[in-house]
Amino acid sequence: MFKDSLTLGGRSIREALRTPDSLVPSIFIPVFFLVVNVGQTARIFPAGETGFLKGQNYAAFQLPASLLLSASFGAAALYLVEEIEGGYFDKLRATPIARMSIVIGRLWAEFVKTGVLAAAMLLISLPFGIRIESGPLGFLLLLVVVSLWGVVFSGFMQLVALKTRSAAATQGASMVFFPLLFVTPNFVPRNLLTRPMEIAASINPVTYVMEATRSLILDGFDATALGRGFAVIAVTMALMLALSVRMINNYD
Amino acid sequence: MTLTAGSARVGGVDVATDAHAARRKIGVALQEAGLDPRQTGRELLVLQARLFGMSKHDALARAVELIELVELTDAADRRIKGYSGGMKRRLDLASALVHRPEVLFLDEPTTGLDPASRLTVWDEVRRINELGTTVFLTTQYLEEADALCNRLAIIDAGQIVREGAPAALKAELKMRLGLDADPTLDEVFLDATGRTRSRVAGDVQEV
Repeated sequence: MFKDSLTLGGRSIREALRTPDSLVPSIFIPVFFLVVNVGQTARIFPAGETGFLKGQNYAAFQLPASLLLSASFGAAALYLVEEIEGGYFDKLRATPIARMSIVIGRLWAEFVKTGVLAAAMLLISLPFGIRIESGPLGFLLLLVVVSLWGVVFSGFMQLVALKTRSAAATQGASMVFFPLLFVTPNFVPRNLLTRPMEIAASINPVTYVMEATRSLILDGFDATALGRGFAVIAVTMALMLALSVRMINNYD
Repeated sequence: MTLTAGSARVGGVDVATDAHAARRKIGVALQEAGLDPRQTGRELLVLQARLFGMSKHDALARAVELIELVELTDAADRRIKGYSGGMKRRLDLASALVHRPEVLFLDEPTTGLDPASRLTVWDEVRRINELGTTVFLTTQYLEEADALCNRLAIIDAGQIVREGAPAALKAELKMRLGLDADPTLDEVFLDATGRTRSRVAGDVQEV
């Protein structure tokens, strides 16, 4: 299954390189939000006087939200549903490979694509005074966390694609990233949120992924934040993979 | 598709108990050519061959063979989204053949094609058959069955109502009805299914 997944993943990467326009929203929208949010609120949170910024500017605090937004477009699911509608998915199912390879192939390609996009966003942001407190190793770990989140999100979107077999439904389902990404401590730390919002953010698993990425930028290596972030990714990924195996093996 | 009753074997392999082995024995080209429009014809064939377990080198060599077989050499490195309907159908045929299947299933391979493309697909099917592959073809065009099949079965309402070589079926009908001219397979079909045709105001109606 590993070899077939790599082969199919290679095709997905080639597909992304041939449709660069599909990657534009994944960079443009998060950068747009970063610029607008920082432009509107940076004076409320001055770098030297705001404790939770740890001496950095407000863009460093906002960057994790933009990185996770960039990883939450689920383009892989849209390509998958296009293949289902066009009949190529059936062609792949008729080959003697484990069906799960079709899903895994797209997911590992999503890992690579999300990592490249996140690296590009981080490199763009560094000249604007953002430091990665955890250093080069933290930079790599940051890419891993964001890419794994991209895999989890895409995996759930692929489940929608397999279930509905409809591009419209899959695209509609991707709107779930609004509550997932904005019911989080994306503007201020959790302890500064209103009580109802704090409760909602604490229930939202993305909060812990965001706090893990933020800790790498502002704090260095915070074992608690990273532990929670990776735990959320591990649990959601296990759930997504289990559901995917069930869905694709029963696909008829 | 889930089996509800009975069993099915292809090339001696039970499709329910050993699906992977059955998939290696068969090639399938469905009514709608299921292709990835963002790949080139060559890439699609190489990928298909790799998924059937070939090495990269063997997959590339097999792709070249098939591209020549279906006469797509000039278009092999163009993206599939620019192919005509006939070219897509021929590429689909080629992709069903990458692993040298013993049996090739073709589901209405010429539906929606213009006459020239239809004749080209017929030539491909004959060539594939001459190379030793059994072709199992479903079609609604009886002249297609007449042109391609050594043996055919007419299915009506889910039941096989006539079976045999096209020439034998036509000869049997001619003899049984005492016809002067050779009947067509359309007439064999109408006879087998108990239907007749009447011409009303210039239109052909089935009654």
